[in-house]
Amino acid sequence: MERTALRRRLMWQVATVADVRRETDTARTIVLDVPDWPGHLAGQHLDVRLTAEDGYRASRSYSIASAWPGSDTGSTIELTVEQVPDGEVSPYLVDVLKVGDPLEIRGPVGGWFVWTPDQDGPVQLIGGGSGVVPLRAMLRAHAAAGSTTPVRLLYSVRRPESVIYVSDLKELATSDDVDVRLVYTREAPAGEPRVGRIDADVIERHAFGPEAGATTYVCGPTPFVETVADLLVAAGHDPAHVRTERFG
Amino acid sequence: MSQANYLDGNAAAGALSEVFAVDLTTAVGQCNGCGQTAVFAEARVYVDAPGMVARCNGCESVLLRVVTTPHDTYLDLRGLTYLRVPNS
Amino acid sequence: MDVVSPGFSGRRRGGADLPPGQYLTHEFPVLSAGPTPHILTDHWEFTVTTESGEKYKWDWAALMALPAEEITKDIHCVTRWSKLQTTWKGVSLDTLLADVETGADFAMAHSYGGYTTNLPLDDLLDGQSWIAYEYDGEPLDPEHGGPARLLVPHLYFWKSAKWVRGLVLSDTEDLGFWETAGYHEYGDPWKEQRYAGD
Repeated sequence: MERTALRRRLMWQVATVADVRRETDTARTIVLDVPDWPGHLAGQHLDVRLTAEDGYRASRSYSIASAWPGSDTGSTIELTVEQVPDGEVSPYLVDVLKVGDPLEIRGPVGGWFVWTPDQDGPVQLIGGGSGVVPLRAMLRAHAAAGSTTPVRLLYSVRRPESVIYVSDLKELATSDDVDVRLVYTREAPAGEPRVGRIDADVIERHAFGPEAGATTYVCGPTPFVETVADLLVAAGHDPAHVRTERFG
Repeated sequence: MSQANYLDGNAAAGALSEVFAVDLTTAVGQCNGCGQTAVFAEARVYVDAPGMVARCNGCESVLLRVVTTPHDTYLDLRGLTYLRVPNS
Repeated sequence: MDVVSPGFSGRRRGGADLPPGQYLTHEFPVLSAGPTPHILTDHWEFTVTTESGEKYKWDWAALMALPAEEITKDIHCVTRWSKLQTTWKGVSLDTLLADVETGADFAMAHSYGGYTTNLPLDDLLDGQSWIAYEYDGEPLDPEHGGPARLLVPHLYFWKSAKWVRGLVLSDTEDLGFWETAGYHEYGDPWKEQRYAGD
């Protein structure tokens, strides 16, 4: 039934900014009201297109941060955008766009990097930086469906102030079925001695082992995804159960 | 050291949705260069270029190219022997 | 109906010395449509093939033995960045093609890695193009096309093929990698010839 939403050619449509929420110094969540949104699967993304007065256009892809149907109001969906240094689109989305503004979008797209509540087996989520965005949608979908499938999130961030969805993740982690673990690469909070990138040891201690038969979703910058995928395969995980999404 | 100037097939989903009524990221394609068969989502996609170029993650041959101009969308599929798309 | 994004202008475009629709950058952006080939100069070779099939070849030592020129030119990428007064060192195509017997009108540049781009032969002559092997006083980085790239600064920069390994001359015009995918067959930045039909 949700799949039928994928079987059509997509056209650009105009959404309206319903709300904005600051997540960190450099990231913002944008709540969009989209008329006739066909629904989406957790993990899908959409394209955003900006048009200047003189007709100049720029478009970029962003993961959808919310689950569908939304837990609260009507036909809204959420994007979380991390500002890219020297970027052209992300600074506009993070600093300029305001409530009530129109925003052209095309989506949802991508049917591979998705999780649905009817899927078998535990779920391992591994995110680097804003790679956590589609994983948050999966956690949201998990909660909305009342799923008891065990889910673990391993989230690699630079420092405590870089964590997006802080309160959200705390709330989600109160579920017995959801386990959230953070790895700090530059600076850890007090009482958390370890600082460093995800390595074989972190994978072994914090992720489901190969015997659990989990489907693993890895999202982040390309070098992060390549490293983590290699570590998983080296640890004995079946490559067929590792799904990846890279962003630039 | 491995290069990281590419993304993956997921990044091409939006541009391809202009042309295909089905989602290509879940399609299985065979590379015309080396014969490897893989899900399109796992292809390497280069976006820092005048257009989008998807390459085989085994042999780096071009699988497909998409360029969206103000007038048309150009699609070159010559690097794919076949595509297998789920029916439902 | 176009939806204008309130407050969005994109990177500041325009300026007296820029072609239409371009913005000025002081960086040197790296565009890549594939993996970066790493070609050792020991293995490097440049071949010109004429319309009759005759081949002319230069290895790295032969290229280095030819008179080189210092070049200072503005460059314009179809992805809209322009960079002014870039400095290069290389061998003029006039020098390389001096003894090549041809009546061809067109050239296809071929690169290590499989890239191609087409140009009228006239646009490669009369001091308009070079095989460049130094940028800003340093050997050309592989990511910018080293050890040697074609430099044709009066056309959009996709015509300046990175990792160039040869030219194939022809009486008829064939289209290269981007030209077959909707980009303009000639690519004059001042006429804003970005796409086929522009």
